[in-house]
Amino acid sequence: MRAMIVKEFRQLRRDRRTLAMMIVMPVLLLVILGYAASFDVSRVPTVVAGPGSAAVAKALPETFQLAGTYQAETAGGQAPEAWARDQLRDGHAAVAIVTGTAAGPLVLIDGTQLFDAQKTLQELSALGGGTATTASLAGTASVQILYNPELKTSYIMIPGLAGVILVFVGTVITSLGVVRERQAGTLEQLAVMPLRPADVFLGKIIPYFVVALADLAIVVAVGVAVFGVPFAGSAAVFALGALLFVFVTLGLGVLISSVSQTQGQAIQLAVMTLLPQVLLSGLIFPLSSIVIGVRWIAYLLPLTYFTEISRGVMLRAQPITSLWPPFVYLALLGAVVATLATLRFRAFLAPGTGR
Amino acid sequence: MNGWGTHEVSVRFGARQALDRVSITALPGQVTAVVGADGAGKTTLLRCIAGALAPGAGTVRRPQARRIGYLPPGAGVYEDLSVAENLRFRSASYGVPAPVAQRHIGEYLERTGLAAAQDRLAGQLSGGMLRKLGVVAALLPEPELLVLDEPTTGVDPVSRADLWWLIASAAAGGAAVLMSTTYTDEAARAARVLVLDSGRTLAEGTPAEIVAAIPGTIAVRPERPEAQDERRRSWRRAGAWRVWQPAAGPGHPDTVTPDLQDAVCVAALHRELEAAHA
Repeated sequence: MRAMIVKEFRQLRRDRRTLAMMIVMPVLLLVILGYAASFDVSRVPTVVAGPGSAAVAKALPETFQLAGTYQAETAGGQAPEAWARDQLRDGHAAVAIVTGTAAGPLVLIDGTQLFDAQKTLQELSALGGGTATTASLAGTASVQILYNPELKTSYIMIPGLAGVILVFVGTVITSLGVVRERQAGTLEQLAVMPLRPADVFLGKIIPYFVVALADLAIVVAVGVAVFGVPFAGSAAVFALGALLFVFVTLGLGVLISSVSQTQGQAIQLAVMTLLPQVLLSGLIFPLSSIVIGVRWIAYLLPLTYFTEISRGVMLRAQPITSLWPPFVYLALLGAVVATLATLRFRAFLAPGTGR
Repeated sequence: MNGWGTHEVSVRFGARQALDRVSITALPGQVTAVVGADGAGKTTLLRCIAGALAPGAGTVRRPQARRIGYLPPGAGVYEDLSVAENLRFRSASYGVPAPVAQRHIGEYLERTGLAAAQDRLAGQLSGGMLRKLGVVAALLPEPELLVLDEPTTGVDPVSRADLWWLIASAAAGGAAVLMSTTYTDEAARAARVLVLDSGRTLAEGTPAEIVAAIPGTIAVRPERPEAQDERRRSWRRAGAWRVWQPAAGPGHPDTVTPDLQDAVCVAALHRELEAAHA
């Protein structure tokens, strides 16, 4: 048995990457995720619209962080309620208070911001003991939860899970594709064959691209059919977001594959990119409750943007006019990842040098 | 210069000199063999010629990639594709029109006895069948230069005959064939032979030239010689011992007519002795 232990340690020492992964990664992940793992919402972005909105805004408890007010109808302007609804749809606020309506004040809550919505409901019930303004708000306001009236978790999880599945197909499975050729010794054959690096690159990517998109269509269809998740927005906007996102994840897979020597290493690396994406992208923990020192990592992860797009389009019918920033970031990430992946891939296929 | 090959090619992997100014020429219509023990540099040389490795020094002459057929050490086929699928992929990658490819694949499979196995996954083939598949795949683009890394290693005698037929007909069709082997009897059938030892050229020429060039004579003894210096110049072959006599004149009763295998052994011993003197 002693011989076996010695042998195992020898092999482990040779495979430094696994060793590092076993020691450094758990610590790093615990620290990062420990700061990220929080369901607590302390501030809910709120807009107030209608006559006297400034006064109402002033009287609100500090939990409701003012994101804007809209005074009154101007000639040709939007009605306060329509404005408030647009603010929620475009994700500028999670709560909108509309004053001056015939039936008394109206509180609109974005049901896709699950934790913000719950916090708001909790705060509203506690408002009675506040100032006269807030007490009247609490007593007379009618509350309407939009997009996800029953505050179902499945509504907000399924659009994001679609992204997780794409990350899985895109990154984890693609990451095996190139390294498999290296391990099987067929890469050398590919290198001498009359194929351009771009041919090999695209030839490797396109099948996964097709599979990933088919996967996504199935997940969304099952989500809508089985879990009753609405698909309120434009399929074209959603498809565009999915294409960009799949492009980033496949590029990441190739990049991982080209820096790995074995399939085992590729899987390890791919899982390392999968885990933070699942936990930091806003899929589970709301982005706003992640400590700022860790939150910036979320903005480097493609899933963060895809979750934003898929929730916005599927649940709130958010138009691309207000959803363009995540598209731009995804395109940027795609450009960076694809450039790095192609460069690595070129080096990968070029003949080695024996000096 | 006519033909394909290398001129004074050197390759270094870290501290190890894998090839040291090696030159070789493979002429169209001929089989050129590279012989040497494991680790002699055969694979490195063939990789340079096929374009899988860029040498550190020296020049390589090779046709464009579309005109090279290459059998790498690991057969270069996909284990999770069937025999026929592998061959179709290879010919399509080289731009061979499908009907032409289909005809050639059929002929080669028939000729190599792989026809019955064409739907089996390459990963399920025996070692010898895998080599045959690799050689057939390398032949598909109808290459001007065919580079085969140990095509017959681990192959049974009948299959070896099949492979030799394939290799010889490729050469007869005008291809320059460059193959490596550890078997000297196989190299003896080649038009030209390069003998490699630790990355350096030990001998080069036609098999007859290499045999003729060995200094001294070779004696056959039933037992291993007792004398220390003779011991160092002896090797076992076919149940007896052979002793190289660097200075012995002809006419000894126990001398034999040397063949390529003897010549390769002598060349290696010769270099060893020279190195010891220097």
